[in-house]
Amino acid sequence: MSDSAAPRPSGEPGSGQKPGQAPLFDAMTEWLRAEGDCADVVMSSRVRLARNIAGHKFGTRGSRHERQNTLETCRDCVLNAGIATRFIWCDVHDASPLDRTLLVERHLISKQLSKGRASQSGAGEDPRGVAIGLPDERLSIMVNEEDHLRLQLIRSGLALTSAWRQLDEIDDRIEAGVDYAYSPRFGYLTACPTNVGTGLRMSVMLHLPGLRLTREIDKVKRAAADMSLAVRGFYGEGSDAVGDLFQLSNQTTLGKTEAQILDDMERQIVPRIVEYERISRRELLSQRRIGVEDHVMRAWGLLSNARLLGTEEAMQALSLVRLGVLLGIIKDKSAQNLDVRHINQLLLVIQPAHLQRAVGKDLDQEQRKVARATLVRTRIAAIG
Amino acid sequence: MGTKCDRCDNEATVHALRRIDGHWVERHLCESCASTEGVDIPTGGGPVIVELSKPVVTVAATQPPTASAAPPGPPAPAMGRLPVCINCKTSFNDFKQQGMLGCPECYRCFEAFLGPMIERAQEGGVAHVGKTPKRLLSGAPASPTSVHASIEPAEIQRRLALAAEQNAVRVKALQRQLDQAIAAEQYEQAAKLRDEMRRLANPAAEGESPRHV
Repeated sequence: MSDSAAPRPSGEPGSGQKPGQAPLFDAMTEWLRAEGDCADVVMSSRVRLARNIAGHKFGTRGSRHERQNTLETCRDCVLNAGIATRFIWCDVHDASPLDRTLLVERHLISKQLSKGRASQSGAGEDPRGVAIGLPDERLSIMVNEEDHLRLQLIRSGLALTSAWRQLDEIDDRIEAGVDYAYSPRFGYLTACPTNVGTGLRMSVMLHLPGLRLTREIDKVKRAAADMSLAVRGFYGEGSDAVGDLFQLSNQTTLGKTEAQILDDMERQIVPRIVEYERISRRELLSQRRIGVEDHVMRAWGLLSNARLLGTEEAMQALSLVRLGVLLGIIKDKSAQNLDVRHINQLLLVIQPAHLQRAVGKDLDQEQRKVARATLVRTRIAAIG
Repeated sequence: MGTKCDRCDNEATVHALRRIDGHWVERHLCESCASTEGVDIPTGGGPVIVELSKPVVTVAATQPPTASAAPPGPPAPAMGRLPVCINCKTSFNDFKQQGMLGCPECYRCFEAFLGPMIERAQEGGVAHVGKTPKRLLSGAPASPTSVHASIEPAEIQRRLALAAEQNAVRVKALQRQLDQAIAAEQYEQAAKLRDEMRRLANPAAEGESPRHV
């Protein structure tokens, strides 16, 4: 992102790197690329493996000293495994609140890792960190979250197979340097038994405005629940589905091979939802054209003219504009160069921490609304 | 066929009752698993019901149960016992309250209790059939960067035994899935499962086909 309005790093969070050395926040984030299969509906595919080190206690039981020891073991192993040409390491317990939120907003760490838990001895926060693969931020490896290691790989569009193959290899390389906790009966042992077995979660971020507007979205949610899939919001567990963005993931991790989980998600379930969403969009165009055009153009008007914008309000408007771009509804001269990639980038930079990084100072909620509206207007004008 | 064993697919012939953390817990085991768990099996034919007198894992004594907490029916044991992990000292009660285990060893110590809970949470999944750590199968030492730079011969033997056990568990789980697939007339799925079982039976041929999809 060379745009001057893009967030710029003031120094990498807790990494000890000097500003500009690792342009993390100028990078073209993988999940914003809007490329790959079914990218009109599937924003991104994510594969995550939960792993623990044999002989090390899990988070709830380890002393601060033991947790530090686990952190160092994992960090050294990850950084020396030859799995990325460039890594940035961040000690999350030392990072500022703003940097932590930035990492959450970029889907590089979970809210849980960002918050951490107080050390039992009262000597500061629980030691934990994250390794991020540069320059595309596809790979991130959280250390001392719920499990010792949480390996995650994100790809644009529907690309679970390639994401799994890549992460499987990375997993093998890390395992060459440490003994994973493993049992023949339960597989990879995890702090919570809901992840035991493969330790594998595959998820897709779906943009489903058509199903919402045709009031079919609840049927999809129910069908997903019937198939033992979890449906979550934009920021995973505990977050709401704002901006018509839904995260769908497998819940069963034991008793199925990785290939079976992959097959279920990529070949059975997701293509059906994608088709269902596409049918809804076609129906909207053929049967409710004026209505959907009105929705889209009002959203476009809001983003182009508003002086105050809340995060959810902006995300909802961006969702409709994204739909409008994909359906060829927005024919405004000022938007002739607008594509889905721009919308995806806007989805990220309007988030609170990214906004404050862009402006270069801390802002309260009201100030953020002004800054958000200004940023969106400026960006839209620059694209046209 | 009657009730299945909590630990394997055999028919349960030993029905044990234990008091855990103030609650009665039923265990249904085959003779082999009952023996593994240290349950005494009285001689004589037919199913037997025993009250576990021996701890399944290392235990810590707790307060005797109060009369009001005991359900009607079987007599309460003289002393309730609560399993505790031998490594991290997490009790099964801690796990039930927090939902988190203390260390990898907890799985072994709580296996008898965790098994059925995990099966329910995992939609009937009872055993791992996925990936196995490569070094576990090969018994090979870790790379020079490993935190375990050298492996004793006894450790290699342990790993090989573990790998063999792993194979047996996987074959059993696959057989169960195969039976279900055939019963549901899902023949395509059944064929895949049969191929996977053949592959496990003949690991030497593994290199001939891709490990993943």
